[in-house]
Amino acid sequence: MQGDQTSHNSIRFVLDGAVHEASNVEPTTTLLEYLREDLRRTGTKEGCAEGDCGACTVVVGELEPNANKVSLFTANACLQCLPTLDGKQLFTVESLGEYPDSLHPVQQSMVDKHASQCGFCTPGFVMSLFWLYKSQTRTNYNELLRVLSGNICRCTGYRPILDAGLAMHAYESEREDWLNVPGNDTPQDQHTLQLLSSLDTGTSLALRKSPTDGINYLAPVDLSELAGQYQKHPDATLLAGGTDIGIWITKTFRKFPMLIHTGRVAVLKQISITSKSIEIGSAVTLTQLIPTLLQEFPELDDFLNRFASLPIRNLATLGGNICNASPIGDSMPVLLSLGTELKLRKGNTTRTMALNEFYLDYQKTALQSGEFLESISIPRRAKGSKLGSYKISKRFDQDISAVCASFYLQNHDTGERKIRIAYGGVAAIPKRAYATEEFINRNPINPLNIAKALEILATEFTPLSDMRASAGYRSQVSENLLSRFLQRIWQGETDTRLISVRDYQHGT
Amino acid sequence: MALDTPKHSIGQAIVHDSATLHVSGSAQFTDDVSEPRDLLYAAIGMSEHAHAQIMELDLGSVRSAPGVVAVITAEDIPGENNFGAVVADDPLLAYDKVQHLGQAVFAVAATSVNAAREAVLKARITYQPLPVILDARAAVAANSKVLPSETISSGDSASAIANAAHQLKGAVYLGGQDQFYMEGQISMAIPEEGGAMQVLCSTQHPTEVQHIVAHALNLASKDVTIICRRMGGGFGGKESQPAQFASLAAILAKKSGRPVKLRLDRDTDMCVTGKRHDFDVRYHVGFDDRGRIEGVDFDLASRCGMSADLSGAINDRAMFHCDNAYYLPNVNITSHRGKTNTVSNTAFRGFGGPQGMFAIEYVVEEIAAHLKLDPLLVRRRNFYGKTSRNVTPYKQKVEDNVIKQLVNELEVTADYKQRKKDIAKFNRGSTSLKRGIALTPVKFGISFTTQHLNQAGALIHVYQDGSVHLNHGGTEMGQGLFTKVAQVVAEEFQIDPKHIKIMATNTAKVPNTSATAASSGSDLNGKAAQQAARTIKSRLVTFATEHFRVSANQIKFSNNQVHVGTNTLEFSALVHLAYLSRISLSSTGFYKTPKIHFDKKTFTGRPFYYYAYGAAVSEVVIDVLTGEQRTLRVDILHDCGSSLNPAMDMGQIEGGFIQGAGWLTTEELYYDAAGALQTHAPSTYKVPLCSDIPPDFRVNILKHSPNREQTIYRSKAVGEPPLMLALSVFFAIRNAVAANGGRNLQAPATPEAILAALNKAC
Repeated sequence: MQGDQTSHNSIRFVLDGAVHEASNVEPTTTLLEYLREDLRRTGTKEGCAEGDCGACTVVVGELEPNANKVSLFTANACLQCLPTLDGKQLFTVESLGEYPDSLHPVQQSMVDKHASQCGFCTPGFVMSLFWLYKSQTRTNYNELLRVLSGNICRCTGYRPILDAGLAMHAYESEREDWLNVPGNDTPQDQHTLQLLSSLDTGTSLALRKSPTDGINYLAPVDLSELAGQYQKHPDATLLAGGTDIGIWITKTFRKFPMLIHTGRVAVLKQISITSKSIEIGSAVTLTQLIPTLLQEFPELDDFLNRFASLPIRNLATLGGNICNASPIGDSMPVLLSLGTELKLRKGNTTRTMALNEFYLDYQKTALQSGEFLESISIPRRAKGSKLGSYKISKRFDQDISAVCASFYLQNHDTGERKIRIAYGGVAAIPKRAYATEEFINRNPINPLNIAKALEILATEFTPLSDMRASAGYRSQVSENLLSRFLQRIWQGETDTRLISVRDYQHGT
Repeated sequence: MALDTPKHSIGQAIVHDSATLHVSGSAQFTDDVSEPRDLLYAAIGMSEHAHAQIMELDLGSVRSAPGVVAVITAEDIPGENNFGAVVADDPLLAYDKVQHLGQAVFAVAATSVNAAREAVLKARITYQPLPVILDARAAVAANSKVLPSETISSGDSASAIANAAHQLKGAVYLGGQDQFYMEGQISMAIPEEGGAMQVLCSTQHPTEVQHIVAHALNLASKDVTIICRRMGGGFGGKESQPAQFASLAAILAKKSGRPVKLRLDRDTDMCVTGKRHDFDVRYHVGFDDRGRIEGVDFDLASRCGMSADLSGAINDRAMFHCDNAYYLPNVNITSHRGKTNTVSNTAFRGFGGPQGMFAIEYVVEEIAAHLKLDPLLVRRRNFYGKTSRNVTPYKQKVEDNVIKQLVNELEVTADYKQRKKDIAKFNRGSTSLKRGIALTPVKFGISFTTQHLNQAGALIHVYQDGSVHLNHGGTEMGQGLFTKVAQVVAEEFQIDPKHIKIMATNTAKVPNTSATAASSGSDLNGKAAQQAARTIKSRLVTFATEHFRVSANQIKFSNNQVHVGTNTLEFSALVHLAYLSRISLSSTGFYKTPKIHFDKKTFTGRPFYYYAYGAAVSEVVIDVLTGEQRTLRVDILHDCGSSLNPAMDMGQIEGGFIQGAGWLTTEELYYDAAGALQTHAPSTYKVPLCSDIPPDFRVNILKHSPNREQTIYRSKAVGEPPLMLALSVFFAIRNAVAANGGRNLQAPATPEAILAALNKAC
């Protein structure tokens, strides 16, 4: 792969109707730094450098495989390493309209609704709304709450911004240039498609500090190259969505001898469904995964849409969430309760492992040197099964769980009851409550046994106190959530829990 | 002069002057301004202990780190090492000892942002730890105070409480709040010839920054210029705090001879800058069978942090608002200003007022619960009267009381009574979810309580083409001040606001200004600009009477034109004629607030020119198993006097309300046992998102309610008062908690705080 035919060595992306080429940049340069410091496109702002405020929101376009179509998504420029933009299309607030005469409909709607005060968060909101404007022909209040879940405004109280979002589709865009996204059939679209296709050379991106140095950033395009290189360079760091690595870069100035990006390996971005399982490539993003998962488990709707924020879900991968091994990662309790298995690869060898065996200790996994997660396998839903997944945090959207719980009950009516109970936030690792599971499997579900189950549960975890919640709160809520799930099974009732305001009527 | 024409600009919902710049990303914040050649980037080295003696400060590895050009410690400060504006107890850089975890100890300038930030991590500092005091009550117990305790006393509260039919005694804790302006603190210092310094700074108080930079550099004020076009939010957090960062940038610039930019990253910003004071409130109240307060004692202790900063005035304002809208015939309010080994707390929208108001509202709710009365009924029975029961504890007569009619109107439009019944019915049929509702009033005093600050200046130039250049001492942080002041000038000249260029706030243009704070921005600067415009206009009128040989009453400015007798000419044409006749087309303007006076010794007088009023009804639902809550509906009626710009005022009401709701629900400042703030970024510090706002949000401005005082076009200040409308959210949650038997809810009402209150069910 060192030869010219199989790799290229500069970062190229489409910006404002032309190919932009970036060379001589550190691989850990964030897109935000590059925009503000190198390109002097200062409309994109830094509010937190950790993907939690949305002031740096940009829109990225990606050529869909085997289709003359570009799909768009929002992203936090502060977390994206610049090389991951290679081969893509980028829109920043400067792409949209020029002051003061040619504002985009989204921008005009924001002006007309008095939706900016200090103006610092405004470009980020404009970009989130721009994505929605391009993706749909109309919108509604609840959709807006989801789309804007990654944008903080400290001034307006949001009402005028939501009004601007509701009104924006009534404005027509007169622009006939790069803002037309392929999928429509205008000449400009063809131009963008041609540009993107010209970048789609099927070669890996390999960056070096200087021609005599070794590779410090590699984005392989096939699995064997990825596996081979990682085996050869086990000290390399795998970079998937980068929503954690981005924070290591901006907050701790961490240095990496080599980054290997998984996001260009097509097979790792695929989801396939068999009669037995849902197979998810480790580089599949959460946004990509959610529709498939909801088809199988519709009750996860609220839970999955509260997973980080939309721009984070657009970048973050399921594999990254699993391998980062945080005790408060939101996917693991659900995956543990569903009986998920992992396929691990090292070079040409693979092995499978149940997720509940994967976590050894705080942020320590069973992965060996040079081994990585290839895919995730979730068993298809058992007939008549019940699933309850709960996320408890200080704030409803874009927050980290104090407690995360998931309960999956199979064969409740057939006598061979099987429950899996998994929690995050109550131990050093995401963990199942085996003793409680066993008790419930062996005893009928009734008020007396629910009380006994809760007593057992209390002995299985020793949560910590920190800024998210005290140990006492975590314990009590863990018990209350299991109680709620079991009561519901016992009484045969639907869940009456309070979820997001999305369920309440939006008044006038 | 003819000013009785229909309003040209005033009262119109004109869009923010920077709106198109904002949405296109072309509004320049300090970090967006083109960088001068040779610019260096700075970073701050912070203390790792809350309280310790510095034994050794080894910065060798910092100095030799890649890209580092200059390093400064306390010893390198040419002048005064202090940015405390009231008390000189706030070192720019710690020397000898550190007093809070995160305190600035040294600063570095390097060739890139990352080089500077990486370099500061290489310091090796040896500390000798000292005893640490973290909370307000511990500080009071240890007699550790930044300023002496103060008392307001009126009547005889002790015997009034003792003789009352009912007494209640209790305590409640109320958390602090980070301003979380979206744009962090930033300053760019540019050395000028002859040792002078210019600093572009994100600040609400350019004049104070000017003074402190001058003192730090041993310069006169004339040699330091501070410029601020706009801030990405301030909320009080850029009142006293920016002087430190402007000074450090300026000292590094002087030392290196190169321009220096200091931009704090979010985590550093939240660790080194002050926040809203958290309060511990103790109360003792006596009341009659109908819930009317006969006497009340408050004992307030606030966490001021390591230095005085603005804590004196903040705690004074808390005391001034322990009455809110209620007449307290016998009252004693004692306020302790605890000195703690935490960051020095500072101004935040409301400036102590919200904490005082929270205290009395909590007491009113306790009285209602004790007597099993609707809290609204108890509130009404205690409201200030119009002709009697209308004197505050600090002896100011409440002359502009509109609270009764305002609350009456809101009660009806919000359908309070029926919804209260519906909620009771819902709660009877629901075990795991409980709803709650509350209506709370706001009466907020307008004026700086430090009398001399109530002044403002403006400078207006009219150019030969009739375009206008507007300067005033106020700063723009998003609130729309520049738009409102431009409206005032447009109204005076009867020209469109687009002909007026609003300039960056610049200490070289308008001197000796006060902070844009205390909600006073448009009251003060609007009046100063009006006066400047009127001076120029009267010159134009005098000129026209002579030039056209008409009397002054035959001259009328209207719709970008001037009618002179039967002739009409463009405003610009008259201006040009005046120029040719050598008429001065430039003027300053000045304003000082009338009527106010205050005796700090007796805590009596008229500290406030007038009061702003409002009320809100909030309805919430809580989950009794998890403590989660959602706000379902909010109705607000707020008093802006005669609104200068209803769109701007609506923005302040809604934005202030949501910010207040964040303070009382999700925003929790968490310090660990060592005194380290653990919630120093949005990943851990949770300000409201759009999904947190009530899905049913009905906000109205009180109609036909001009300010009885002669404020600018009879408007009222609106920056801070709406924040306190959010007390209704907290008390609605408390109401829902009570529906399940819970009690003693603390603020912020996080899920954990709600569950803790529910656990106290008897």
